[in-house]
Amino acid sequence: MNKPIRTMSIACMLLFVALLVNSTYLQYLQADDLNSRNDNKRVRDAEFSRERGAIVVGATPVAESNEVDDEFEFQRTYPQPLKYAHLTGYYSYTYGRAAVELTENEVLSGSDPRMFVNRVVDLIGNSQPQGGSVSLTIDPRAQTAAYDGLRALGENITGSVVALDPSTGGILAMVSSPTYDPGVLSSHRFTAIQQAWERLQRDPSQPMLNRGIQEVYPPGSTFKLVTAAAALSSGQYEPESLVPGQATLDLPETDTDLVNESGTDCGGEKISLTRALEVSCNVSFGWLGLTLGADAIGEQAERFGFGSYYLDDLNGQVLSRFPEDPDDPQTALSAIGQFDVAATPLQMAMVTAAIANDGTVMKPYLVDEVRSPDFEALDKTGPEAFRTSAVSSSVAQDLTQMMIEVVDRGTATTAQIPGIKVAGKTGTAQSAPERPPYAWFVSFAPADNPEVAVAVLVEDAGVARDAISGSGLAAPIAKRVMEAVVSQ
Amino acid sequence: MSAQESTAGFTHRRRRGAELFLLLLSLVVGVGAYAAVGLGVEGTVPVDILGYGGWLAALCLIAHLVIRFFAPYADPVLLPIVAALNGLGLAMIRRIDLAELAQNEDANTFARDQLIWMTLGVALFVAVLVLLRDHRRLQAFTYTSGFAALFLLLLPLLPVLGTEINGARIWIRLGPFSFQPGEIAKVCLVIFFAGYLVLHRDALALAGRRFAGIDFPRGRDLGPVLAMWLVSLAVLVLQRDLGSSLLFFGLFLVMLYVATERPGWLVVGGALFAGGAYLGFLFFGHVQSRVDSWLDPFPSDTGSYQIVQGMYGQAWGGLVGRGLGQGDPTLIPFSYSDFIFAAMGEELGLTGVMAMILLYGIIVERGLRTALVCRDAFGKLVATGLAVTFALQVFVVVGGVTKLIPLTGLTTPFMSYGGSSLVANWALIALLLRISDHARRPLPDLGGPEESETTQVVRTR
Repeated sequence: MNKPIRTMSIACMLLFVALLVNSTYLQYLQADDLNSRNDNKRVRDAEFSRERGAIVVGATPVAESNEVDDEFEFQRTYPQPLKYAHLTGYYSYTYGRAAVELTENEVLSGSDPRMFVNRVVDLIGNSQPQGGSVSLTIDPRAQTAAYDGLRALGENITGSVVALDPSTGGILAMVSSPTYDPGVLSSHRFTAIQQAWERLQRDPSQPMLNRGIQEVYPPGSTFKLVTAAAALSSGQYEPESLVPGQATLDLPETDTDLVNESGTDCGGEKISLTRALEVSCNVSFGWLGLTLGADAIGEQAERFGFGSYYLDDLNGQVLSRFPEDPDDPQTALSAIGQFDVAATPLQMAMVTAAIANDGTVMKPYLVDEVRSPDFEALDKTGPEAFRTSAVSSSVAQDLTQMMIEVVDRGTATTAQIPGIKVAGKTGTAQSAPERPPYAWFVSFAPADNPEVAVAVLVEDAGVARDAISGSGLAAPIAKRVMEAVVSQ
Repeated sequence: MSAQESTAGFTHRRRRGAELFLLLLSLVVGVGAYAAVGLGVEGTVPVDILGYGGWLAALCLIAHLVIRFFAPYADPVLLPIVAALNGLGLAMIRRIDLAELAQNEDANTFARDQLIWMTLGVALFVAVLVLLRDHRRLQAFTYTSGFAALFLLLLPLLPVLGTEINGARIWIRLGPFSFQPGEIAKVCLVIFFAGYLVLHRDALALAGRRFAGIDFPRGRDLGPVLAMWLVSLAVLVLQRDLGSSLLFFGLFLVMLYVATERPGWLVVGGALFAGGAYLGFLFFGHVQSRVDSWLDPFPSDTGSYQIVQGMYGQAWGGLVGRGLGQGDPTLIPFSYSDFIFAAMGEELGLTGVMAMILLYGIIVERGLRTALVCRDAFGKLVATGLAVTFALQVFVVVGGVTKLIPLTGLTTPFMSYGGSSLVANWALIALLLRISDHARRPLPDLGGPEESETTQVVRTR
């Protein structure tokens, strides 16, 4: 019987070897994977009792960990909670993380592979591991200007401001209103966290929504920049080319006419393309839409970033979109930014920044630099082109000239800055009859050497319907942001 | 060493001194772990360390003395390993008790009960060694054991006595105590199989036909294996106990193979096992959900919360573990019983886990070595059966907890909380020691060996 017993002993040995190998896999090779899972309470507890790195704007922390006397030892605090809520996000025991607290968690918690050496040193020295810090591309003055400008319209305003550095894609300001206090969600008082969370979730104005990237809106007349770009890029149009400028445009296949905002003509039966943009002539751009076709405009929109994900530093970016296969009347409406066209404020800022940047769309980013706990730079984000020529350089220059005209003598005179050339475009977008229109403004300055491109969206300012316009509500905010950046 | 040496020239030494020395090391591990739990959880050595350590030492010493007097040639390694594993298990159960008490003063605690069960286990261990002076006498109880096993397996199905806990109907409740008769049944089954196979091995071994290089048994000899297959299926269906079902059938197959020396039985049995497993998967929701949460445990709305928490715990333990009292094993449901191995992985790390797997492996190796040197067929079969049962049980439960195979729910021998398992395993070790004492004892002068074999487990040529 000994031969089968020997065989069985080898079989048993194989079983035990399998157990050893599997345990090694689980506790060593797979451990990092398992430790980084969101629902892993052990890791969360340990992270919570660790000194998490700061999120820094300029030289000032907007999120930092302070020592406290409770079971977690450290408390996350947000010195300017409302202004930076949508950028820092929250760091909640119960509800996880958001925004940079989420996307840069590995650095902030100190588990990033680039900080391996620090961890080994901590392990040997038996000291608590520390997290690294993250500095943002935000210009604090621009952020303040955007935040104050938006809040100046009233407590209950809903809207967003996004400002970009056109040459790099760095986000200089990003504000969403209404906002919330991430400090409450990140506290260690669990009932208070839950109450605050539930209140925020119930709030119909959705304070936790980052309207700059997480929601799309009809861009209205600001989309005429895309249509104009498509027209100029087709080679069939120059800024001085004549387009129809009468009071109404007969939409094919329907009984309705497309009318201008003013109700009258745009300055003649035939006007120049520059003039059409200057007065934001619906008839001209509706006609251009019909003539160019939906495909040409859709392709142009895609070259600016519509339909793509491009923002890695914040979670939850939604896609801006141009409708697929619209019929003729829908195409005419889409060409003026109505019907099913929808864009995030960041997307419209990118369109503007591309025009300012000789036609190149830069990939937007928020994290400028990552540093180890001893402030040694680990990584600096380099500017990266998202589309090298969304429009050609000459088309970009033509569009810039046309946008300067808009500010100098068109619909956007409210955005003028003395001594500095500003290029801009207003927009007022209808969505549904029961809600007020959206007021938009996009611009960049200085027009000859752009330092900042801004998109402002006022979703609802609680003012009378006829007081809503891009130039009245949105342009002054953009002006404040541009001034904050340019005057430095 | 050659066969000649092992029987004629070589005599085993008693090695009781070595056993005592190893036993002291085991006590250092067990009592040290208990002290480390106190230090890790409360920051001080537990106040009852002397009482607890004294009790544990007394139990070990009694077991050692009984071996010294009643089984002087028995294998010297088994008792120290068992003592170390039992000590570690007790420390971990105590550690989980403390964590539960910190959250809720009225929480159920298990360490004290487990120590009482260990005492009972050692008592049974002593009884087996003292009362059973020659394992061959068990052969007379072949069918008694068989009926006892059947009776024990059926007990939980009785209406008043049996209770269903967590979906498996494998428990009986007597007043405050609940008991898993299947654990005892497993030892009875080994004795029954051994006795039966010793008598019938010739018929099962010789007749057959050859196909593809393997001797297959005749159809008419398939009766016993089919009967055992049906019993295992019945355990699966009636008691919903996947682990025991697998264990019983695997045990029978291995013993059949060892008794007949025909690999054909493994092929036939393997096919039956595959068929049974597939049928089980098709028709039983609990089998399906186990397999599902093995394949993909992460959608945490399914019943896989336990296995996911176990994996998180072990990953958190990493290479060297969090240290006793420094992890969060209470996050794992049943970390004091079925999932104690995950708790060990979390607090003692891969290092500790490997040590424990190796300890289990050595128990199996010593059991099989005993089978090799044993001189009678019945003893060989019993020792093989006990060792293989042990190996299968460790593989099924540790493999389940570490997600090597689907989770089936067996106790971790000597570590999990649970009286029946602890008592049965102490008895199992006592039987192994009894056989090994007989096998290693020098032969009286008259008569040659029944079989001349080597003592090595693996031939090294």
